[in-house]
Amino acid sequence: METALSVVVGCLFAVALYLLLSKHIIRMLLGVVLLGNAVNILIFTAGRVASVAPPLVPKGAEMPLSAVANPLPQALILTAIVISFSFFAFLLVLAYRAYQDLGTDDTDQMRVAEPENDGLPPLGY
Amino acid sequence: MRTIIFRFTAPYLTALMLLFSIFVLLRGHNEPGGGFIGGLIAASAFAIYGIACGVAPVRRALYFHPMAIAAAGLCFAVAAGIVSIFAGTGFMTGLWVFPKIFGTEVALSTPMLFDIGVYLVVVGGISAIALALEERESD
Amino acid sequence: MAQIEATTGGTLALALPFIAAALAPIFKRLFKHHAAWILALAPALAFAILFSFLPSIANGGVIQFGYDWIPAFDIRFSFRIDGLASTFALLITGIGTLIVLYSGGYLQGHRDQERFFSFILMFMGSMLGLVLADDLMTLFVYWELTSITSFLLIGFDHDREKARRGAIQALAITGGGGLALLAGFILIRELAGFNSMSEILAAGDALRTSPYYTAIFFLVLAGAFTKSAQMPFHVWLPNAMEAPTPVSAYLHSATMVKAGVYLLLRMQPALGDTALWTTILPIFGAVTLVMGALLAVRATDIKITLAYTTVSSLGLLVMLIGVGTEGAIEGAVLYLIAHSLFKGGLFMVAGSVDHGAHTREIDRLGGLAKHMPITFVAALFCAFSMGGVTPFIGFLAKETLYHALEQGDAYHVALMASAILGNALMFAAAFIVALKPFVGKLPAAIHHPHEGALTIWLGPIVLGALSLLGALFYGTYHSLFSSPMASAAIGKPVAIDIGWMPHLNLAFALSMATIALGIAIYLGSNGLRRATNRVLDAIGWGPDRGFDQAMRGLLRVSFWITRRLQSGRLDYYMTVTVIAMVAALFVPMIVGKALPVAPEMPQLRFYEWLVLVLILVGIVAVVIAKNRLTAIVSLGIQGFAVALIFMLLGAPDLSFTQFMVETLSVVILALVMTRLKLSPADHRPWRETLPDAAIAAAGGAGFGLFLLSITQRPFDPLLSSFFERYSYAIAHGHNIVNVIIVDFRGVDTMGEIAVVMTTGLAVLALIRIRVAKRNRPLPDPTEATP
Repeated sequence: METALSVVVGCLFAVALYLLLSKHIIRMLLGVVLLGNAVNILIFTAGRVASVAPPLVPKGAEMPLSAVANPLPQALILTAIVISFSFFAFLLVLAYRAYQDLGTDDTDQMRVAEPENDGLPPLGY
Repeated sequence: MRTIIFRFTAPYLTALMLLFSIFVLLRGHNEPGGGFIGGLIAASAFAIYGIACGVAPVRRALYFHPMAIAAAGLCFAVAAGIVSIFAGTGFMTGLWVFPKIFGTEVALSTPMLFDIGVYLVVVGGISAIALALEERESD
Repeated sequence: MAQIEATTGGTLALALPFIAAALAPIFKRLFKHHAAWILALAPALAFAILFSFLPSIANGGVIQFGYDWIPAFDIRFSFRIDGLASTFALLITGIGTLIVLYSGGYLQGHRDQERFFSFILMFMGSMLGLVLADDLMTLFVYWELTSITSFLLIGFDHDREKARRGAIQALAITGGGGLALLAGFILIRELAGFNSMSEILAAGDALRTSPYYTAIFFLVLAGAFTKSAQMPFHVWLPNAMEAPTPVSAYLHSATMVKAGVYLLLRMQPALGDTALWTTILPIFGAVTLVMGALLAVRATDIKITLAYTTVSSLGLLVMLIGVGTEGAIEGAVLYLIAHSLFKGGLFMVAGSVDHGAHTREIDRLGGLAKHMPITFVAALFCAFSMGGVTPFIGFLAKETLYHALEQGDAYHVALMASAILGNALMFAAAFIVALKPFVGKLPAAIHHPHEGALTIWLGPIVLGALSLLGALFYGTYHSLFSSPMASAAIGKPVAIDIGWMPHLNLAFALSMATIALGIAIYLGSNGLRRATNRVLDAIGWGPDRGFDQAMRGLLRVSFWITRRLQSGRLDYYMTVTVIAMVAALFVPMIVGKALPVAPEMPQLRFYEWLVLVLILVGIVAVVIAKNRLTAIVSLGIQGFAVALIFMLLGAPDLSFTQFMVETLSVVILALVMTRLKLSPADHRPWRETLPDAAIAAAGGAGFGLFLLSITQRPFDPLLSSFFERYSYAIAHGHNIVNVIIVDFRGVDTMGEIAVVMTTGLAVLALIRIRVAKRNRPLPDPTEATP
């Protein structure tokens, strides 16, 4: 299973990075979502996976009786999913507002902070 | 998206999802579930309600501003940590009491209070985002 | 006089100026300009403490004290007071006291007077630390502190561009020299193994014979020459005249510019007496001496004239230290003290004239003697000392230095000639400043010239009187100040005994010749000024313009580099980032031989294959989607497939969360994208997308191999089994994941919900904010460039 997931993670990263390298904000956004999933599965798989029971302690027992899935990556990923969703929502709104104000979703044309030909800074003292 | 059927069923769906979200939240310590999942379910419920019937009814139904709910949640979470300091243990050390209410033993704890805080933050934060985005559609 | 305990007294003397600097704003608010009288108590007290050390120091004693600073590197906060340091420190605190008083009157009513008090007291403290420091790092810290505080002082009138330029120039040149000095000190510490001046002086020939001597020599020289304004680093000194006159009177007489001279005198026993030393120093010194004096006579602003004579005097001092014989050092010491007194006095006179007549242009001044008699007397005393007329201490200095240069060979004859020429020019400059404004007819443009307040005329007259008294009571003067100073600088006890009574010898004859030449230059100064101007106009370029060109060049280069690194194109940044990431993945794996071995074909169940294929289909569809709906749906499909993977592999919590998040993502994405009216498809040509695809594929392969490599290694279950064992036992929870989130790692979660909360606020702010039209013109904060 780990081998197959490694391949899937590789593909997810490749597609996510490809989308992030695009010049269109919308495609970059899609890339961010895929990147989040890619990282989550990477962490999940690095904690070893198998088709086993969820990490629950049975009623009346002190600790799990049989093998359970690794709980640690799960705890890390659970919060990560929610955070990356908030992050995604923020980026989405940012892109939306940028589009409204600048009238473009092409990053090459978003040059408010770093104008194309802003000339030399003042040479005086 | 505002079909008659959707608008008719949405309030019931929302109510059911809210109930379910609280159920998921409360059982979270012992079964799959918890504050994050419960909060997301509740936020989705409000989002659905908003899409079906418009944002104004949702805001009325919520009564508080979503960010106020989120802020309250954060306060709950911090309070859950601070209680432990007054009890003489370290910040965020879990405290448990098992009072009997109507003959049933109920487990109350600071981690549970913390989880409720998480639930409220997620409900408030995510529905604030979703409602804000939905609202612009009518402008 | 009772001697104060060295450590307490010394530390107090060092701290007093800084304490006064901190209190200055409060006193200024309480007492207006009268605060000067209280603030002057700080340097006066420091002077008194240092003076109480004098008896033991005059007998050849050395006072040392200090504290551990960074023991791990053998860096101490340590100090050493010998004859050299003592005389310097007395000049700094003594003249400093007069300067604080003077600035109380001179800047009366200035809106930032308290700031001025603070700056000048901080500068005083730094300078005091510099001359008293023993540990090399302590010395360097004080050295740079003087650069910084002088920057603040020179740029005090910061709303004038010329003042800002002067300040930046001084900081760039002296600060740059300071860095060279730091390099030199580090060489001395690390390679020669000396941590402090005491160790260096005790080591005798060790530095001279060190293989790093040349490097140390040039680095120390760079520090000293920039600070002490040797050609061609002298440009900052005249430009620093933009500062209020008390600053010039202080920095350019006894303190700042003497720091380099101090360093050379201090290091002379250890670094001097080599071919390099006796060649380079006198040549630079002689050129600076003559050129500075010529430029001084050329200037028409009396403050600029004085500034160039300071450059010239510094050249003379460097030349004498370079010659390095006992007589030359004695001459340098006598000249240094005399110069501190008369130059401080003359600068204050220039300030008083400016204050009384409201101009400093020599052509527009005249006839002030009747209206400013005290200032006139002070000016004459200082000018006599500067011109080397007996019975003033300048005469003692000039006799001694001519005597020291009386050697037959051509080299010394050349040095002697430049000394005579320079001194004659300086004689003329002295009387241009001290005589011309006071004699002749009062120009009509000057209304109501008047003597300033007590604080203003006190400084010049005291310094002028001291120039006279020092020569009259030369026995006391030598025994307390000049002999101990010369002994410390030479490295063995010497006794100076020159008096004010002239003796008929060669030195006296040369002295007379100098004065005669000086009078001739004074009378012909207008012609000389025109001639110098013509020559300078013909050359048309000087180090001052060179500085501007260098600064602009620096700006252009940094602008060019910034443009290269920050192109302003996001895809360029992303490409660089991803390539760096790919390198970070592959290089350690290949270098550390951690590449995974070829895996076997995984044995999976049918539905597991199905889910994995679903993810791949989803992501491929996202890339090739031609319209919004396809893209959103495909994104949803891969998200749900990921949720299914979590479900299959024993993570129901993750699965539920992923389901909910994917649902919400799809919903809000649909909400926004329908409004953006943009196609998610890529419209770029293949030649742009292909390199991107290659880089992305490399990144994907990197992460895939990285993960495979991890999973092929043994797993350490330490943490996982800890949580499994104690989840119920300690935290009373059956759901281990939830227990980790809300209990074991609760503080983490608290941070994360704070992030969710902040994102919510940020989104609300972004949506609500109505961005104003950006087309309004920005105010231009800059003035026209010179």
